[in-house]
Amino acid sequence: MIKIQSLTHQYNQVPKLQFPDWEIKDAEQWLLLGSSGSGKSTLLNIIAGLLKPQSGEVILDGTSVYQLSSKEMDQFRGQKIGIVFQKPHFIKSLNIYDNIAIASSLAGLPIDAKRISLLLETLGLAGKAKKYAEELSQGQLQRASIARALVNHPSVLIADEPTSSLDDENAENVISLLTEQAASSHASLIVATHDNRVRNRLSKEYLLS
Amino acid sequence: MNILKLSAKNLSRNKLTTVLNIVLVAFGVGILSILFLASTQIGDKLESNSKDIDLVVGAKGSPLQLILSSIYHIDFPTGNIPAKDAQALMQNPMVKRAVPLALGDNYQGYRIVGTDSSFTGLYGLKVAKGSFWNKDLEATIGSAVAAESKLKVGDHFFGAHGLSNSDDEHKQHAYIVKGILAPQGNVTDNLILTNIGSVYKMHEPSHEADKHHHGEDEKEINNREITSLLIQYRSPMSVVIFPRMVNQSTNMQAASPAMESARLFSLIGVGIETLKWFAILIMAISALSVFISLFNSMKEKKYDLAIMRCLGASKAKVFFLVMLEGLMITVTGALIGLAIGHLALMLIGHFQESSQARLTGYYFLTDELYLIGAGLVIGIIASIIPAVQTYKVDIASTLSKDK
Repeated sequence: MIKIQSLTHQYNQVPKLQFPDWEIKDAEQWLLLGSSGSGKSTLLNIIAGLLKPQSGEVILDGTSVYQLSSKEMDQFRGQKIGIVFQKPHFIKSLNIYDNIAIASSLAGLPIDAKRISLLLETLGLAGKAKKYAEELSQGQLQRASIARALVNHPSVLIADEPTSSLDDENAENVISLLTEQAASSHASLIVATHDNRVRNRLSKEYLLS
Repeated sequence: MNILKLSAKNLSRNKLTTVLNIVLVAFGVGILSILFLASTQIGDKLESNSKDIDLVVGAKGSPLQLILSSIYHIDFPTGNIPAKDAQALMQNPMVKRAVPLALGDNYQGYRIVGTDSSFTGLYGLKVAKGSFWNKDLEATIGSAVAAESKLKVGDHFFGAHGLSNSDDEHKQHAYIVKGILAPQGNVTDNLILTNIGSVYKMHEPSHEADKHHHGEDEKEINNREITSLLIQYRSPMSVVIFPRMVNQSTNMQAASPAMESARLFSLIGVGIETLKWFAILIMAISALSVFISLFNSMKEKKYDLAIMRCLGASKAKVFFLVMLEGLMITVTGALIGLAIGHLALMLIGHFQESSQARLTGYYFLTDELYLIGAGLVIGIIASIIPAVQTYKVDIASTLSKDK
């Protein structure tokens, strides 16, 4: 479960962002909606422990994220939060399998080869494990980034504009995989988007004005 | 997947740059290693060969040349001295031991040294096979001579005129190998030892040689010339008095091995010092090159590192990842440089003309560990700024710029 309480954040010379309190129960799937500049990415970064808010609190599975030390927070993020970015980025010197495996190593968890293979197979990437990022299409990379986000059985899966750079077919595939995989992993899902193709695909909406 | 493996994979992705940087470090360390090994070996050889010799007395001329020819057997003698005068010095009460040397011939480039039994005492020689020479034309050969010339006890050979390899052989008299010395680790490994009478015999007209053959060995020194005398003092007090006495009151010169070795080393030292600074310059360039490579690769790897942070890597972990990349380059370069240094000395030793001062690559110094240490330091210096940059990277803003 995630609780967001009294969150505010301000960038230089930009009006202060204030985020309504929000509670996300286990395995719930939410769309985070809002116009450009409304703070969707900022809120996701705060939830993911990547950006410290000016005030307020994020509580994930009973842990107040910003009470943790920097090192504890890094490990907590690696183990509890899976992140899918708009532009999937992979470490260039590693193949897809190693890119997924390193997510476990960096989070201080053992590498589960079976789970990686299963995820790759489920996401239609069984034959791509030994390929490098530059050898895959955008759609394949986005699916690989979903596999990487899920490999450590996270409590929450965060996706920031995951479909905006994809064509209709790939966008449909990615959103289906996100919802299915989050459900099968019993992870909460938050998808920030302004993509109309995604609007009716998730049960709950959180609107930022 | 650990940090070490990831660093190695990152480096192998930019093979050309990585190899260039490793080569630069290896080149610098290689030169320094050659200098260390060669100068230490030369120093050791100089010291071990002149260990118990306080003074060399020979014909007037260059004192360094006298030392080089009489102790290290790598230069031509300054001339000869009357055996009678040498004999008088040998009787001097300040002299504990005096070893006469008569040079002039060689066998396959190995010098034939006419001397007496005091030479074996001076160097503490022992025979591995056979015995020491006893009569004219008997020879005891050094271990390296035996190994390379394939001479065995009982074999005959002809000496050739001069001190370096020549075809002008003394065909009228053949030496017989009476013994082979045990390896000594000094210049005697490369010498052929015989009595002084043999050397005289080689250079006499044949009828005089016959007369000499029946003469008394004890008197052989008195009426002839020898090349030099190696002298050991009875007391350290003689250091000041004895050389001055020789130089001022005789027609001979006295040269101190310690002083001349130091002079020789200071002469060589200028070249060594120049090369050392050249190697240090190369290492500094390699440090700069590693720094530029890492600094430039940071732009490309900024997103990689931000993703790693997202996935749970701590700031310290990405910091060490970058440091490790620099260290892997410089330490690998340092190790390869050391290997190159030893290999180069093996090759130099193999092709060296003078066997007396032969260098070897099978020689290891604890000082070489400092070169690996230098590799570590260069790696740290070159990677610290890029590593600090990654430490400070703002994950959220870096990844938002990637949109």
